[in-house]
Amino acid sequence: MATAVERFDHKARQAFDRIGHNDVRAGELLRHPVYTRVLHWMYGLFFFLALFSGFGIYMPWLFRWFTPVFGGGPLSRAMHPWFGLAFCFFFGLQTLNWWKDMRWTKADTGWMKGIRNVIAGKEKLDPPDTGFFNAGQKVQFWEIVGGCIAYLFTGVILWAGARTFGRMAVAVSYVIHDISALIMLGGIFVHIYLSTVGEPGTVGAMIRGAVSEAWAWTFHPAWYKQVTGRDPRAAYEEARRKLDGRKS
Amino acid sequence: MSDRKTLQTEMISAHPGPSPGAGMQRDYPVCKLIDTTICIGCKACEVACVEWNGMPFSSTTFDNTYQTMPETRWNYWNLIKFNEHVRADGTVEWLMRKDQCMHCADPGCLRACPADGAIVKYANGIVDFQEENCIGCEFCVSGCPFDIPRFNPATKKVYKCTLCSDRVGQGLEPACIKACPTGCLKFGSKEDMKAIAEERSHQLREHFGFENAGVYDPQSVGGTHVIYVLHDATQPELYGGLPKNPQIPWSYTLWKWFFKPVLGTFSLLGLVGVVLHYVTVGPRRPQPDQPERKEV
Repeated sequence: MATAVERFDHKARQAFDRIGHNDVRAGELLRHPVYTRVLHWMYGLFFFLALFSGFGIYMPWLFRWFTPVFGGGPLSRAMHPWFGLAFCFFFGLQTLNWWKDMRWTKADTGWMKGIRNVIAGKEKLDPPDTGFFNAGQKVQFWEIVGGCIAYLFTGVILWAGARTFGRMAVAVSYVIHDISALIMLGGIFVHIYLSTVGEPGTVGAMIRGAVSEAWAWTFHPAWYKQVTGRDPRAAYEEARRKLDGRKS
Repeated sequence: MSDRKTLQTEMISAHPGPSPGAGMQRDYPVCKLIDTTICIGCKACEVACVEWNGMPFSSTTFDNTYQTMPETRWNYWNLIKFNEHVRADGTVEWLMRKDQCMHCADPGCLRACPADGAIVKYANGIVDFQEENCIGCEFCVSGCPFDIPRFNPATKKVYKCTLCSDRVGQGLEPACIKACPTGCLKFGSKEDMKAIAEERSHQLREHFGFENAGVYDPQSVGGTHVIYVLHDATQPELYGGLPKNPQIPWSYTLWKWFFKPVLGTFSLLGLVGVVLHYVTVGPRRPQPDQPERKEV
């Protein structure tokens, strides 16, 4: 990516670090700086606003009880595009921020091949070449990037309406818009699960900005090596020996 | 009272269950017949429509034709479309067509509408918007092959001709019918109106030299409860853009009634999946994990 973007991201991170605070304790590593966390929670907020206002348009007979939250059906319909725009805006900034970290590598292809073991819980430690993000996170990230592009194109058509873009454009757009929303709806369950109870210790990365070293060498060994300079497997063995010693 | 029977609900937009009261009473479908060959473009029907429906005065645009304004508005449901048509032999013909909701037997607006109860089709064929349930998504605009529903930005809801369902429900004719001075507008059962229209077309073909005269009652939307007699039924586009073969996009039927509920349920499987994963496989913890506490 162009250096102008890198300079922009760097400046933004510096500016947000001056305002916010990272709470990293002993035995922990800084995972997400303030800028990343602010962006995450901004588009998180607008994702749910867009989702819940969208439910009222998707199927009012099932979800009309959501609409009073936004001031009724017509108002949730009127505000939905603005929520969506805000979501795409903040996610767009995050895309620039994460552009380098989210690039697909050989390690990701390998990780994907072993995904069955990860889901089945057979492999306690992720493959040693797993970097800052694993392949699953990257797939979800790029799905949302693609989804945002689909949302923007079809959303503008739906917003302006059939009298501007023609009846067929609207008839096709709302199907694509809905499919994109359904994929993200299915994805958000997985995202929330894995970042909270599914992989304990993860949520701190987006709240305080910190994760434990054990978390880092378990789930992102290559990243652990990059920031600490130590071998993740050796660090894990050492911690295990200490634990065993305390037990006996 | 027979007049009460005319407003039995037949279809409701996005409604999951059967329509309330369906099959309770027999009723006959109503129809408005517009004979474009008799219309003199006096606009009495436009005024009657605005008056009966209590619409405010709205300023018009003069575009050098005998047309009140370029197109219908959310508060102006009835407009005589004017076209100065030059025929192949160089003679000129003034075509006047009363443009309003066609009250389709298979309404595209109702198919497209996602809001439960926002669009209702009565058993007598009248398609009516129930604005209290409208969410203003404007999908009906894309569903309508006749470009009829109009959005009001102030109320964020959509409006159109009701075929005076309030009058018809009380045994009266629509306001435009009452106002028409030439007999160009007629109102009655679909069967009767169709018969009159066919007879008039026959007359036009046989005695007035309009070889292509015919009835406009498009079967692609299951017929309409507003039908026209046209001098040239082979070219309905000449009459202010009346579509020859009105269509409802396939996505409204297929997507709305099949994929929407099916894929919606499929998304929720994401939730089911993670719950099952937590219960069966359990969370992945940072390693080395603290050993489980043994109760003594």
